[in-house]
Amino acid sequence: MQCEMCKEREATVHLTQVVGSEVKKVNLCEGCAAKSGLDIKGTISITDLLMGLSGGGKAPAGGGKPPREEAPEAERTCPRCHMRRADFRKTSRLGCADCYAAFAPELAPMLHNMHRAHQHTGKIPARESQSIQASAELAALQKALEKAIAEEQFEEAARLRDRIAALRGKEPA
Amino acid sequence: MIFADLLQQPCAWLAPGADTGIVVSSRIRLARNLKGAAFPGWAGEEECERVWQHLRPVLLGLKTLTPAFAFGMAELEEFERMILFERHLISGEMAQRGRGSGLVATQDETISVMVNEEDHLRLQSLTPGLTLQAIWQRMNTLDDEIEARVRYAFSPRLGYLTACPTNVGTGLRASVMLHLPGLALMNELNPVAKGLTKIGLAVRGLWGEGTEAAGNMFQISNQITLGDREENIVRTIEQIVLELVNHEKNARVRLLEKREIVLRDHVGRALGILSHAHLLSSKEALDLLSGLRLGIDLGILRGVDRPAVDRLLLLSQPAHLQQREGKLLKPRDRDRVRADLIRTQLAEARGQA
Repeated sequence: MQCEMCKEREATVHLTQVVGSEVKKVNLCEGCAAKSGLDIKGTISITDLLMGLSGGGKAPAGGGKPPREEAPEAERTCPRCHMRRADFRKTSRLGCADCYAAFAPELAPMLHNMHRAHQHTGKIPARESQSIQASAELAALQKALEKAIAEEQFEEAARLRDRIAALRGKEPA
Repeated sequence: MIFADLLQQPCAWLAPGADTGIVVSSRIRLARNLKGAAFPGWAGEEECERVWQHLRPVLLGLKTLTPAFAFGMAELEEFERMILFERHLISGEMAQRGRGSGLVATQDETISVMVNEEDHLRLQSLTPGLTLQAIWQRMNTLDDEIEARVRYAFSPRLGYLTACPTNVGTGLRASVMLHLPGLALMNELNPVAKGLTKIGLAVRGLWGEGTEAAGNMFQISNQITLGDREENIVRTIEQIVLELVNHEKNARVRLLEKREIVLRDHVGRALGILSHAHLLSSKEALDLLSGLRLGIDLGILRGVDRPAVDRLLLLSQPAHLQQREGKLLKPRDRDRVRADLIRTQLAEARGQA
């Protein structure tokens, strides 16, 4: 099998990631894997796979992203804990809660790849405001509504629509 | 509670009682962090120690955790931390940590809270059998109790913020340990594992992340933590586990019908080797004990009961073996001591029957 980056050498590093029903495979030679920051002898970081490969030359097949400029991105730093983007890439771990805002541009596609979602719909701490509760409930109902429509369960959909309308303080249409 | 007391009781995940034949145990884990403090991997040791000293009394005062015990990782010897790991009270990563990290757990070992592992708080409940819904309720209650006393890092959009983005959202990992020797003997494990990963579930070995599957024991867990409700995640895993249990039962029926002699040979050899070997590696012991478990479940092996086999699963682990011997052992000596232990305990169990 040919390396997907240099298209020359034999691919010996095979990475597979599964998200939802989609299986992503990347096949690289040892040289390109090392160039992409993959420590093939140690543990392979998902962050490197998702963020690193597109920056190290040709994008992997199916990725479709153009090569990115490395330097300005690497300087991005969390204002609170001073973690740099490079630190995050190395460890795959964020430094503090504020890093989620500081690294939002790179985290958004990663989170989508991992979870296929952008919005939390689960538990909310009781001490967080009522408005959060309401907006999260709305998001959950909205999701259920889409599902009901997709499954052609129209009675359920109508019921959900009315609950959404009630939460928004409107009368059902 | 002192450390020695732990060793006097069966650990929570193998406690007898529930029907733990195919489904061995269920686990719920919640990842939580404190608002305004750097995550443990990025914070310095002093900040971690402050967080641990702050959380330790808070956790010891919680109703759901009473009666509890607590250990700072720095208070323990390395092999004691390994014992906590083999009992599934702490993770492998936690066993490597020292000052600034600690464990608070209930005395019956069914709930444990790791402070300053990857996140500030990792709440875990582990019980035998398929109990995900019940232990999710307990973890939810414990989470409420903690949240009434500390401020969590939470975002309305991304949910509970965690050190690793793979846990963000609910911070929930629901996992079930399954014993699947029937599917293994019918060579049907690979397609099953592939199917599971395709629907976004992780399949791991006995001791979690990065461990190989030994003894035909597999942990099935959710990968996705953002965008789904906790109740849905738990329900999905339970449904899939029930399907897997049916597959396994079906494989066992087919084994008995079509390959009975292969099955009897498998169980008989396992008993033969375990009863007479003088050197057993950890992996070999687990694989053979799996054979005994299968033989007991199918009624083709009499005179040994499953709790006795499960006890050996735990006692034959490296740290528990060394604890029993009262000294550190080289791998080769461990293999000898392990074989001695299994041989004598099996002989005793069969002698009593």
